[in-house]
Amino acid sequence: MSEKHKIEAGHAVGQPVTLRELESHVKGQTVYYEDVKVPRMLHLKVHRSSVAHARILDIDTSRAEQSDGVVSVLTYRDVPATKVWTHFEAVGIAPGAEPILALDKVRWKGEPIVAVVAESLKQAEDGAAKVKVTYEKLASVFDVDAALAPGAPNLFDCWPDNHYLFPDDHAAAQIRFGDAEKAFAEADHIVEHVYNTRPIEQAPIETAGCVAVPGSDGRFTLYTNSQSLSNTRNNAAEIAGISPARLHLIGGTAGGGFGGKVDMAIEPMALLAAMKSKRPVKYRFTREDEMTVSSTRAAWRVSIKDGVMQDGRIVARYVTTHQDVGAYLRNSIYGAFKHASHMPGPYTVPNVSADVFCVFTNRTPSAAMRGFGVMPASFAIEMQMDRIAKALRMDPWQLRLKNAFRNGDMKAHRREVWDAALVETIQATARLSGKDLPEDYKQMSSQKRLGS
Amino acid sequence: MAKKRGTGMAAVSYPIGMHLGGDPTGALVHATSGGNFVVAMSSVDLGQGLKTVMAQIAAEALGVPLDTVIIDTGDTDTGPHCSGTGASRTTHRAGNAVIAAAKEARSAMLDVAAEMLEVSAADLETDGKGNIHVAGVEEKSVSVAETVQAGTFQFGKTIAGRGLFLVPKSPQDPETGESDPHSTQAHACTVAEVEVDTESGEVEVLSLKSAYEIGRQINPELVKGQIVGGAWMAIGHTLCETTAPYYPTTEHAPLDFLNYGMTGVAEMPEVECELLEFPSPSGPFGAKGVGEMVANSPIPAIVNAINNALDLDISDIPVTPEVILRALDAQAAGAD
Amino acid sequence: MTAKLVQLTVNGREEHIAADGLISLQQVLREKLDYNTVKDGCTQGGCGACSVLVDGELALACLLPVSRLEGAEITTLEGLNESNSAGVIQESFVEHSAAQCGFCTSGMIISAKALLDENPTPSRDDIMEAISGNLCRCTGYLPIIEAVQSAAGKLAKGGDGE
Ligand code: FES
Ligand code: FES
Repeated sequence: MSEKHKIEAGHAVGQPVTLRELESHVKGQTVYYEDVKVPRMLHLKVHRSSVAHARILDIDTSRAEQSDGVVSVLTYRDVPATKVWTHFEAVGIAPGAEPILALDKVRWKGEPIVAVVAESLKQAEDGAAKVKVTYEKLASVFDVDAALAPGAPNLFDCWPDNHYLFPDDHAAAQIRFGDAEKAFAEADHIVEHVYNTRPIEQAPIETAGCVAVPGSDGRFTLYTNSQSLSNTRNNAAEIAGISPARLHLIGGTAGGGFGGKVDMAIEPMALLAAMKSKRPVKYRFTREDEMTVSSTRAAWRVSIKDGVMQDGRIVARYVTTHQDVGAYLRNSIYGAFKHASHMPGPYTVPNVSADVFCVFTNRTPSAAMRGFGVMPASFAIEMQMDRIAKALRMDPWQLRLKNAFRNGDMKAHRREVWDAALVETIQATARLSGKDLPEDYKQMSSQKRLGS
Repeated sequence: MAKKRGTGMAAVSYPIGMHLGGDPTGALVHATSGGNFVVAMSSVDLGQGLKTVMAQIAAEALGVPLDTVIIDTGDTDTGPHCSGTGASRTTHRAGNAVIAAAKEARSAMLDVAAEMLEVSAADLETDGKGNIHVAGVEEKSVSVAETVQAGTFQFGKTIAGRGLFLVPKSPQDPETGESDPHSTQAHACTVAEVEVDTESGEVEVLSLKSAYEIGRQINPELVKGQIVGGAWMAIGHTLCETTAPYYPTTEHAPLDFLNYGMTGVAEMPEVECELLEFPSPSGPFGAKGVGEMVANSPIPAIVNAINNALDLDISDIPVTPEVILRALDAQAAGAD
Repeated sequence: MTAKLVQLTVNGREEHIAADGLISLQQVLREKLDYNTVKDGCTQGGCGACSVLVDGELALACLLPVSRLEGAEITTLEGLNESNSAGVIQESFVEHSAAQCGFCTSGMIISAKALLDENPTPSRDDIMEAISGNLCRCTGYLPIIEAVQSAAGKLAKGGDGE
């Protein structure tokens, strides 16, 4: 072992300790969920919607059932309990609206309709290809603005305007702090722009998957690479209509995640299939599934309007954000709240107003990814900071240092800052990159605001 | 003059801990008669090093050697509840749970050692190398291994501890947004240097230099790993990655890695970083968290650098060569 | 479907495989012979997680139908572990923290081994070229490049482990 990984005896925290599984990683001996060999395991393939938006007139599984090696076929009729995903209901933030297996309508190309379980993956795939669904196509919408326009094709009866309704029937997750309108009227400059991100795939090299194994004691063991075992257990039990006490999840070692394994999309399906087939069932996303049907990072459209004084102080910030959540909500509300609370970013702005909408389109549903809600907020804010600097012909470093939050400042979510270190972080980056700051900017500190 | 250089910067903060609270994570620690301390959890290691970091936290809080700590995680029958790996919550939540469990186990261990040495437990210290001794009197000592054996076979006492860390729910006020959205904030600032080929539209990121403030680093080696990995992911997010290249249309969606642009190994620049440590009173041993924030400052820094190089106004990612060439065409048309 | 019997040598052991249709080397190694170091990140030839050596050359097991491999000699990471012939590379990966989740790692080690067998003094560009078919979503590649460089240096100095 090299010198740099030697740790100071007696103290473990703060030391550059070697990753625990590194020795087993380099020998290929780390055990991931798929490496557990389960005898007599079946494989599951989902027949998915081939259209973006349609009413389902008929689901014909007869040919699939006759197909070679097929053991069982599941439709919405085989989902005993809630019939809908209850993502994140455990933490109280999302209502269920997404069917486990579609019954009367599909809202995106790729929506699961029938699960086919067979002796081999190839046979499951062949069986799934033989399912015949008859659709009555509906108009579809793929763009946030189009979805919000009057007369747009509607995805959900309960959300007639194609956006989620937050508590108290608010159209958006809101921040209201100070009097932005008054501050705009008094500002020297108004700087306004729109920033966009696109859907992104988490792409862990190990795809999401699970093996559900019926036990002789009436319980089921689920080997999984879920990012969240306890919540997945409860969620799968609820969907299957059994007590969570009957489930035993084993995991804890995943081949990457980045938010791509928090959906709990795999385990309930594998469990239902194992219950029906009375044999172990493996359900695993292929890479193509990951690319096309697993949740992505959403496309975010962030509009920022700032009121700025000649000396660079930002006195008001309006943010309107549209998160394109795709066809189903999943945990998008969480991202919306997080995005809203992050405003106005790490700067002290006395007047802030933010509205963050979750807009439905007929795209692949989006969900969590590394920096959920905050990545697009940071992107838009930091692009906007350079835009302000340009408008004012001010140094972008100085603009940020001037506005950076200090301890004791009030944030827009009405809590005092107590752990600020942005000023020091910017100063350190200046030193690291050879940027020379004026003396008074070098003297700034997060502890107090100088000269104001 | 086909190649133009530019620099850009960006500064960010990052909220640590599950937004809105209400996300318990537990840990149970017990000493085995074989001489190990097992920490049972149902948290998930995605490769970021949860098991390593929890072992370090447990060893430090127990006062025992790191190699005697076993992290037994990923089993919902043997491990207490965990609300999952995500939201930069694990180091903070699970770390605090492990500290609570380890403290309780440590106190049980010191009670046994006190009986063995016939002193008060309050006078005992651990050296972290496997010994317990009377403060100031190093010779008056007993090993951790002997203490565990004596607890089991002589005194009939379990050396174990429980920990559950729960931040109360803090729903957001629907009107004003008032809430306690996070447990602490981490910070980062990045400078990007780029070179843009104005004929091909291709961007080369020449360097990324960052400072991070993430509270106390439990493990600087793993922190660096997150920062370098995040810098790479940020380059991909900025320059090429998307499942909808012609958003909002659904055309040309990739089906495989060959068509989903991720940054190649050859496009990875030098990544320099400096760590500042402002320990957080709410975090385990002052730690905040780092896993999720690592792409957040490089992305806008790179786009700002591209705009700086070309005097452009690009505001969307990804900035593909096609985007750059179209923007340059528009710029040229505007100048006519 | 008629199964053809194919004879292979895997990590020095002779195997007779009933190769139906297009069954891939990856399926045979992972599912029939339990060589778990052969990972599956895409089954499309796009990630390198299934890398093995076929007659000493780097190959993607997911793209190779076993029916075409009559008489071939296959080496997986298990084989390299048994002979300790990647020991120096593995040690360097550990020293440089060149893995996080570890899912890409067996493929990376195989690619590094194939490179260093062929070219014991690779440049940085040679290394990047050699691992360009192996995707890693975690590390940002820099520690992997350093690890391979350092392994090459050690081997050039007559390091042990070969
Ligand atoms: S699994 Fe063979 S290249 Fe990805
Ligand atoms: S270490 Fe996770 S993919 Fe390489």
